[in-house]
Amino acid sequence: MTTGDTGAPLLDRGDERVKQQDSVGGSIRAFLGRVRTGDLGSLPVVVGLAMIWTVFQSLNPVFLATNNLVNLLFDCSTVGVISLGIVCILMVGEIDLSVGSVSGFASAMVGVLWVNLGWPVWLAIPAAMAVGAAIGLLYALLLNRLGMPSFVSTLAGLLAVLGMQLYILGASGSINLPYGSDMVNFGQSLFIPHILAYVFAALAGAAMFAAGVRTAARRRQAGLSAQSMKSLLLRTGALTLLLEAIVSYLNQDRGIPWMFGFFVGLTVAMNYALTRTQWGRSMTAIGGNREAARRAGIDVNLIYTSAFVACSVLAAIGGVLSSARLASASQQAGTGDVNLNAIAAAVIGGTSLFGGRGSAYSALLGIIVIQSIASGLTLLDLSSSLRYMITGAVLAIAVIVDSLARRSRVSHGRA
Amino acid sequence: MPGCDTTLPEESTVRMTNTRQDGSPIAETVLSLRGISKNFGAISALTGIDLDIGAGEVVALVGDNGAGKSTLVKILAGVHRPSAGTIAFRGKDVTLSDPSAALALGIATVFQDLALCDNLDVVANIFLGKELQPLRLDEVSMELRAWKLLNELSARIPSVRVAVASLSGGQRQTVAIARSLLLEPRLILLDEPTAALGVAQTAEVLDLIERVRDRGLGVIMISHNMADVRAVADRIVVLRLGRNNGVFHADASDHDLIAAITGASDNSVSRRSGRRQAGQTLS
Ligand SMILES: Nc1ncnc2c1ncn2[C@@H]1O[C@H](COP(=O)(O)OP(=O)(O)OP(=O)(O)O)[C@@H](O)[C@H]1O
Ligand SMILES: [Mg+2]
Repeated sequence: MTTGDTGAPLLDRGDERVKQQDSVGGSIRAFLGRVRTGDLGSLPVVVGLAMIWTVFQSLNPVFLATNNLVNLLFDCSTVGVISLGIVCILMVGEIDLSVGSVSGFASAMVGVLWVNLGWPVWLAIPAAMAVGAAIGLLYALLLNRLGMPSFVSTLAGLLAVLGMQLYILGASGSINLPYGSDMVNFGQSLFIPHILAYVFAALAGAAMFAAGVRTAARRRQAGLSAQSMKSLLLRTGALTLLLEAIVSYLNQDRGIPWMFGFFVGLTVAMNYALTRTQWGRSMTAIGGNREAARRAGIDVNLIYTSAFVACSVLAAIGGVLSSARLASASQQAGTGDVNLNAIAAAVIGGTSLFGGRGSAYSALLGIIVIQSIASGLTLLDLSSSLRYMITGAVLAIAVIVDSLARRSRVSHGRA
Repeated sequence: MPGCDTTLPEESTVRMTNTRQDGSPIAETVLSLRGISKNFGAISALTGIDLDIGAGEVVALVGDNGAGKSTLVKILAGVHRPSAGTIAFRGKDVTLSDPSAALALGIATVFQDLALCDNLDVVANIFLGKELQPLRLDEVSMELRAWKLLNELSARIPSVRVAVASLSGGQRQTVAIARSLLLEPRLILLDEPTAALGVAQTAEVLDLIERVRDRGLGVIMISHNMADVRAVADRIVVLRLGRNNGVFHADASDHDLIAAITGASDNSVSRRSGRRQAGQTLS
């Protein structure tokens, strides 16, 4: 039996059936055990990503060249932000099929308000986000008041919002955003200074280490088991090294786009909100067992509303980013595969379609997988028909993995 | 009370003044129900239920399967709205429009189906909806508190950081009971709290019921186990087919209780025990 500093048995190690998992080896064994019982987390996506990169690199050595990767990061950021919203909505076990249209409409709004009507850009963007929020609010009302399934209401929204986008763009159908403006620069050519990127990576590692040490100290003081200093150092050290290696590789070219930095920042914030706040806990609970959450006194309608609003606002932000990336707001914005890519990214990254299980990081990992496939196939000069087929197949595989993992969790008692 | 008066002996019918098991009078009425009815479409699950619970009193609610016990508890927990009737909590009429209204009044419930979130761990379930520090969850304090509560119940739960789905039936029940005790409630509703529990854990829960009673809380306990009911209840309220069917002392005879529960003195339970007695005298 493990004992604390005082010699008294640790509160959470009193049961002899609990295997100790505070050491380095213990953490690894615990991880393997989780995977075996269907608690896959982000393992499939990391393995898949490694496979995809190996294949494309062997087919075309330009694939992993820094220049291509930097472009990839630009492309990831726009749909990635939309995908973050999808994580939110999947968490509560609902779906939003209209994120593509909402993003397209937001980009059209910025184009019309800013370029055509001469609004300042800092007003046009919040206006687009506010309209996004209103759309999310409407879905939530339809669900809460009328019991309309989000699958249907957002499918209707997909068409209606697309119609609004075409309407406000009018006959011209496309608005060019001024080159050289801050917004277009942000979407095309603003990079984090090389030194600053190293500093950010180091700060991330240091912050994680500090938080880990603090938690461990508090847990020890409270008489609970805590992660050993060695395993903490090893874990955060390895992560910091990995981040620094990525930064140094990308810094050989132009570096890391600010837009990608913004996306990562949003992801970290979303992860915090989902895992460390009461709101996130309520979201997870509702996704797991709606009635139990209600009986625990959670305002289910309010949480649904927040999820729909967050999803639509993030979709609007993603739309604004993509118009900055393309320096235009057009009828094509948000159509085609944007919708499905955003949903696929979240699912591929490991957020369950069945609700109550997922992580903000799945949007980040998933969108990197999807954009890698897109970029690799473009480099191979394959037509978009093949690209759609392959992305569709990857999504199917991701959903199969999700379903199988769920079955395995149920049979191992880890629903 | 239709259907029971004829079969029940005089002394076991309703007492107008409530007293505890030890004979001391009940000071304050925590909850009183008048004429509560609940219809599910064509089915009337409850019809004209009257019930009073005093502070520091344990009321056992008994009745056959489908008698409406859980429905009554769900009404008190704010899960269902009653079709008719009034609920007074500590002297004031209240409408329990949703579960948070009941929780806010200090009515804590252990549901028959437990209402746990399988995908969350034990700590998260116990603190669901009442997390410490909403903007920066205090996991250490919550885990500590969870262990204290569980240890009070002599829970045999190896780790509080596993998903509730991976716990045994009794462990899950203990988690649900621990959750109901988290915020100092005024009234605890326990819907078959010991159905899945082991010998030691059942004893702990009965002890616990006595402890919260002594702290002045009202307790409503539903159980099919007459021994458990007799051990802790100050009064035994019988429901039959959704109606009040008598109120008994804890020391009422088995025969009377079973007659009230099943609605006849000639019932399968008494026939069974009659056969057994006959068998014993023969051998
Ligand atoms: N949500 C519902 N919809 C329709 N009918 C219901 C519902 N809930 C309960 N009932 C009906 O109400 C009646 C009483 O059910 P209840 O669950 O209260 O019984 P109970 O006394 O708790 O039984 P048990 O001892 O089996 O738990 C039953 O006939 C049941 O079919
Ligand atoms: Mg019941």
